[in-house]
Amino acid sequence: MSFRIAASPLDPAALKASLADAHAGACVTFEGWVRDHNDGRPVQALDYEAYGALAEKEGARIVAETLAKFPVTRVVCVHRTGSLKIGDLAVWIGVASAHRGAAFDACRYLIDEVKARVPIWKKEHYADGATEWINCATRGEFSDR
Amino acid sequence: MKTLRVQYFAILREQRGQAEETLSTTAGDAAALYEELRAKHGFTLPVARLRAAVNGEFAAWPAPLKDGDEVVFIPPVAGG
Repeated sequence: MSFRIAASPLDPAALKASLADAHAGACVTFEGWVRDHNDGRPVQALDYEAYGALAEKEGARIVAETLAKFPVTRVVCVHRTGSLKIGDLAVWIGVASAHRGAAFDACRYLIDEVKARVPIWKKEHYADGATEWINCATRGEFSDR
Repeated sequence: MKTLRVQYFAILREQRGQAEETLSTTAGDAAALYEELRAKHGFTLPVARLRAAVNGEFAAWPAPLKDGDEVVFIPPVAGG
């Protein structure tokens, strides 16, 4: 049962092996990949940055909530930091459970909560050389977006 | 006056031009401290779009501060 931040590339095969459990009849995994576009703009690369100590604390809370809400046997979530290229693996989540329903539901819960709550930030590098911190745009002093 | 350590991440780190600093302030809470720093450094995000963390844990606004606290302002997150 773990959540961690990783500064180096992830190894999905090793992560999946860590879920092995004789009680499990289902394993659902989610991989978040770096894609080449966002909001209609061509993306060339991403930087992920995390507030590591609090990210791992909040991630551990999400894992604990997942175990309380769904009858799952094992949960692993790892999120990358650093500079990533198109196609790189940014986040890996794996859930094992006795039956498939709980594994699908728990996996979806984990990725949704991680995206909404864990202090990780993403900077996109566009083909035209511009960059942007996602979700941090401001239009002006009196805008709340 | 209290002495605080402030860490900056992501857009705030770039706008501040450094990742951390130790500073002295009369601000009584993190919300007031952010307004003070925003005026000084031109941070674009309004306080309403941030969360605060004090001593490594989320703290509800206005997040009262005492001498020696470590403060982090958390811009809108974007993991995944």
